[in-house]
Amino acid sequence: MLAYIVRRLFLMLVTLFGISVIIFVLLRIVPGNIVDILFDAAGYVDPADKANLEKELGLSDPIVIQYLKWIGGLLHGDLGYSYVSEKPALQEILPRIPITARLAGLALLFSASIGIPLGVLSAVHQGTRLDYALRVVSLSGLSLPSFWLGLLILMASVSMLGWMPIYNPNPQTWAEAFAIYCIPAMAVGFRSAALTMRITRSSMLEILRQDYIRTARAKGASDASVNYHHALKNAVLPVITVIGIEAAFLIGGLIVTETVFNIPGVARFLVEALRWRDYPIVQNLVMFIAVVVVVVNFTVDMLYAAIDPRIRYGD
Amino acid sequence: MRSVRALAVAALCWLSAYDVSLAETPKSGGILRMYHRDSPGSASIHEGASYSFNVPFMPIFNNLVIFNQHIPQNSVDTIVPELAESWAWSDDKKKLTFKLRNGVKWHDGKSFTSADVKCTFDLLMGKSQQKFRQNPRKSWYDQVNDVTINGDYEASFNLKRPQPALLSLLASGYSPIYPCHVSPAEMRTKPIGTGPFKFVEFKANESIKLTKNPDYFRKGLPYLDGIEFTIVPNRSTAILGFVSGKFDMTFPTEVSIPLLKDVKSQAPNAICVVEPSNVATNIIINSSAPPFDNLDVRRALALALDRKAFISILFEGQADIGGTMQPAQAGLWAMPKEMLETIPGYGPDVNANREQARKLMQKAGYGPDKHLQIKVSTRNIPIYRDPAIILIDQLKTIYIDAELDVVDTAQWFPKVARKDYSLGLNLTGNAVDEPDQSFYENYSCDSERNYTNYCNREIEKLFDLQSSETDPEKRKKLVWEIDKKLQEDVARPIILHSRTGTCWQPYVKNVTVMSNSSYNGYRYEDVWMDK
Repeated sequence: MLAYIVRRLFLMLVTLFGISVIIFVLLRIVPGNIVDILFDAAGYVDPADKANLEKELGLSDPIVIQYLKWIGGLLHGDLGYSYVSEKPALQEILPRIPITARLAGLALLFSASIGIPLGVLSAVHQGTRLDYALRVVSLSGLSLPSFWLGLLILMASVSMLGWMPIYNPNPQTWAEAFAIYCIPAMAVGFRSAALTMRITRSSMLEILRQDYIRTARAKGASDASVNYHHALKNAVLPVITVIGIEAAFLIGGLIVTETVFNIPGVARFLVEALRWRDYPIVQNLVMFIAVVVVVVNFTVDMLYAAIDPRIRYGD
Repeated sequence: MRSVRALAVAALCWLSAYDVSLAETPKSGGILRMYHRDSPGSASIHEGASYSFNVPFMPIFNNLVIFNQHIPQNSVDTIVPELAESWAWSDDKKKLTFKLRNGVKWHDGKSFTSADVKCTFDLLMGKSQQKFRQNPRKSWYDQVNDVTINGDYEASFNLKRPQPALLSLLASGYSPIYPCHVSPAEMRTKPIGTGPFKFVEFKANESIKLTKNPDYFRKGLPYLDGIEFTIVPNRSTAILGFVSGKFDMTFPTEVSIPLLKDVKSQAPNAICVVEPSNVATNIIINSSAPPFDNLDVRRALALALDRKAFISILFEGQADIGGTMQPAQAGLWAMPKEMLETIPGYGPDVNANREQARKLMQKAGYGPDKHLQIKVSTRNIPIYRDPAIILIDQLKTIYIDAELDVVDTAQWFPKVARKDYSLGLNLTGNAVDEPDQSFYENYSCDSERNYTNYCNREIEKLFDLQSSETDPEKRKKLVWEIDKKLQEDVARPIILHSRTGTCWQPYVKNVTVMSNSSYNGYRYEDVWMDK
């Protein structure tokens, strides 16, 4: 087991190195840089001023030197300075991480707490009206774009309540604090819950047809015990995989929700930084997201072994 | 003499503006909450070329002089003193001297003196050791030889030749005085001014916060405790925020005509005004390469435009037709309608114009069996893209098959600079309704902002002639003549001048939206809230 973990950790480092090279090269392949954009914002181009600024920002250095400077800084905890705000990149990125993490965490919580029980319910009552109704709900969850759902929620709150749940760093009441996070989390978590529900349902249906489930029933175990103790425990593995993938996706994939609800999180910031070609912000944020994805994958793999004793690593 | 008259007019203007306040006694307190349409690149007004900079940061500063903040139409007669107490032109009109206000403090406690005025304009003219990252309005001061000071409270602009427009340029929201003791880099991140509000913080893509300056030199002002801008790039969210009462005011001139209807239906008590913004939608032409190196093809293009169709589709009829200078009533320098309609393409009979255009195209070798294939390039932003699509449709009527070429913002200027386009759909905003700003910036042979490199030395002589003309009536006639020639030369065909809306809640008082510039009306020192 220990050898497996060490091997996985080594692979994680190799993966992150590969990602760092890809991010760095891809960013430089995209046409235009911050200097082009700054001059665009100023409405003119002066070649001499442009060259000076490129030199000042280190953009005239050879690409390998630029990469080594970035990685060297990263290893020393120096993420560089944002080209736009001229503040340390770390100071720009750090406050945004908890905002997105909170939103993603709540969305996942919503997704798991709604998706798993409803998936089980749907499987246990297969072919009934309840099953059909739940399948319609899950299909609509998968079909509705979250930005549309978000806008709909905003419009409904304004016209029905005369109030709007957009981000406020200093909420005045508990209700507001709840609303500014939970409503966007529900908007984004609805799709995720639908996915979780469908995976749980299909996985449960497969397990419920196994011999050992029939044996458990024959031994007189209650429905609840069979469904939740015997079946769900074995059906939950693919669900964990999906939740893991969703968790990784949510860290960087909340752009639309963050835009609609005006939440100053990581995803919106990343897109804005990309628009400005703010390399220090984009590189470090994408690396952060890559680290989250790799760590979540690793954690999910470790969870498999914890949940299913038949799985053993490293043998 | 002129300055005395201007001061008298200014005093009257202030009095009339305060009539409103007298009717309702201003209340102090409250934070004005607005949304901001995007995250400005920095906090330095001098380095920006968008009113995204002026709106949040103009309240931090003062100019030497400023357009009266409660008269919508900016003109030289509405200029009032700010950091200057008075001004005077020399007899030969080549020296403009300002007597400065005593006892003004920067937000960090240091005293404002004439040295700060000199520093600011030395920086703008590129004469200082410190440099701006970008200096988009350097050309405004081309006629200024130098700025000299006489003691701590007098500064003079010494000109190469008379330039009456200089005073208007100095009154723009783009002309704040910066402190000598703060570097341009610091001004981008933590600006220090003398204005009614102090900078608190600017969180990129999140918010900008200003707080009341208790030591403001105008005692009793500002009324507001602060101004907070929440950056909301999504227009639907922003408008919903205003309707729900989360914001006291929309971002100025950012409510489009169709959106205005939504706002009025959902927030019937909101006060909304629609004003011209002095932003012209126009076509940039690459006349250095075929097919538009041919004057006949360029003229055909100008004749093909149905400006009323653009206005009715994009603005529900609420926009104006004009030349380079903003159309009347709001515009001060607009050609009379009769003169405008004599310019090819401006006549009311669109079919006759297009018939003429088709003949010109046939002369150039194109026709029903041989269409000209081109691309219309523009930025990938709706306000650019939408008129480009209408333009493409209209070009079909004169044997031109055009394809839309949307360009990422990062690539727009490099593409235009390397002349990698045939036609481009462009928007040009004028900071001041003033021919010197518009002509030199957009049409002068050596201007960095003359994207098309249009160059006509004869017209340039006329630019100088009007610029140095001190008789306003004579100058106006020269301006009309120049504007007409620019349109006849198809230098940068103007399609329309837009109008836009601004809304605020009924308890917000003393807001005035300027009608011939979107850049100059955001000092907000006497805005107050009845709440």
